[in-house]
Amino acid sequence: MTPLRVSVVASIAAVLLLVVIFELIRSRRLQERYALLWLLTGGVILLLAAWRDALSTLADLVGIAYPPSALFVLASLFILVVLLHYSTVISRLSEQNTILAQRLALLENRLRESSEN
Amino acid sequence: MGQQSLSEVVAGQPRAVDARLAKLKRLAIVPALNEEGAIGRVIEEIRAVDPDFDIVVIDDGSTDRTAGVASARGVRVLSLPFNLGIGGAVQTGFLYAWENHFDIAVQIDGDGQHDPREVEKLLEPILDGSADMAVGTRFSGERTHGVALARRLGIHLFARAVSLIVRQRVTDTTSGFRAVNRRGICLFAVDYPHDYPEVEATVLVFRHRLRMVEVPVAMRTRETGSSSITAARSLYYMFKVSLALLIGLFRRRVTPLEEK
Repeated sequence: MTPLRVSVVASIAAVLLLVVIFELIRSRRLQERYALLWLLTGGVILLLAAWRDALSTLADLVGIAYPPSALFVLASLFILVVLLHYSTVISRLSEQNTILAQRLALLENRLRESSEN
Repeated sequence: MGQQSLSEVVAGQPRAVDARLAKLKRLAIVPALNEEGAIGRVIEEIRAVDPDFDIVVIDDGSTDRTAGVASARGVRVLSLPFNLGIGGAVQTGFLYAWENHFDIAVQIDGDGQHDPREVEKLLEPILDGSADMAVGTRFSGERTHGVALARRLGIHLFARAVSLIVRQRVTDTTSGFRAVNRRGICLFAVDYPHDYPEVEATVLVFRHRLRMVEVPVAMRTRETGSSSITAARSLYYMFKVSLALLIGLFRRRVTPLEEK
């Protein structure tokens, strides 16, 4: 079982993280669609911190002998998912950026031609 | 009503335009995504109702001939270089309305589910100055045919939640059939929700202390294409809309654009 002191400190940290995420959304620096994963991450951290048996239960369930290892596995998994999500976002943005540049070039050309005539 | 042919609609006498309306510059914003089958008729119907309505079609990255069909009918077409989603598309229309000094903007979907003959009802509260935004709703009196049960349940649930938030009875939060005055245009041009605009716009309008009314109108089932909301995705949808509502309620307010 997670020591009580660790549990309290981790819970506070998780709540702080959630508050920061919410404030970022509220002040329009983070769009909801990119915030969902972060909210989920914050929620899971809070769950693991507050429910002191969670980690050992989880470790037992998947057959990990040393519960703290389960924490690292879980953390790595979340980081991987967030990174993968970003990769898809960047891909879409760069594709849209290309389209914008092409359309802008065509538009400038049309403007130039119409001002020459 | 949905079976009425195009020639019948066009042959009908154009109504005498309201004298108060005649002085106002009015715009119909028609967002369309792959609606080559429906867009032409929507344009004809708007013209049949009020020929002085300026029409702007926002082609939200269609891969069919939507833009061609629309411009062949002589309306202005703004073709977005890629799909922005309904929120971004409609906001383009409000930006156009703002830049070109329109007094009234009406949003009419390009899929034909909104009947332009109902626009008159939407404009009434705007013209008599009792509201800044009028939303056409399908539940305040007319039949509710053509709406799937699961979707109807979700709609009612959110209607309850939104009613509590905005302290005003709201019966249909999924309607994109709306009319706004200049104040509404100035607000939507700078801030329009992107993910679930129909629900979120109601909260946005409330937060900026604009007056909203619901107007019961008849709506048609979609003529072509299919709804973007399927039953399987509705739970995820409900979660995300709830989140969006919550955020919309607490999010910092923007300053609406000023008159030039």
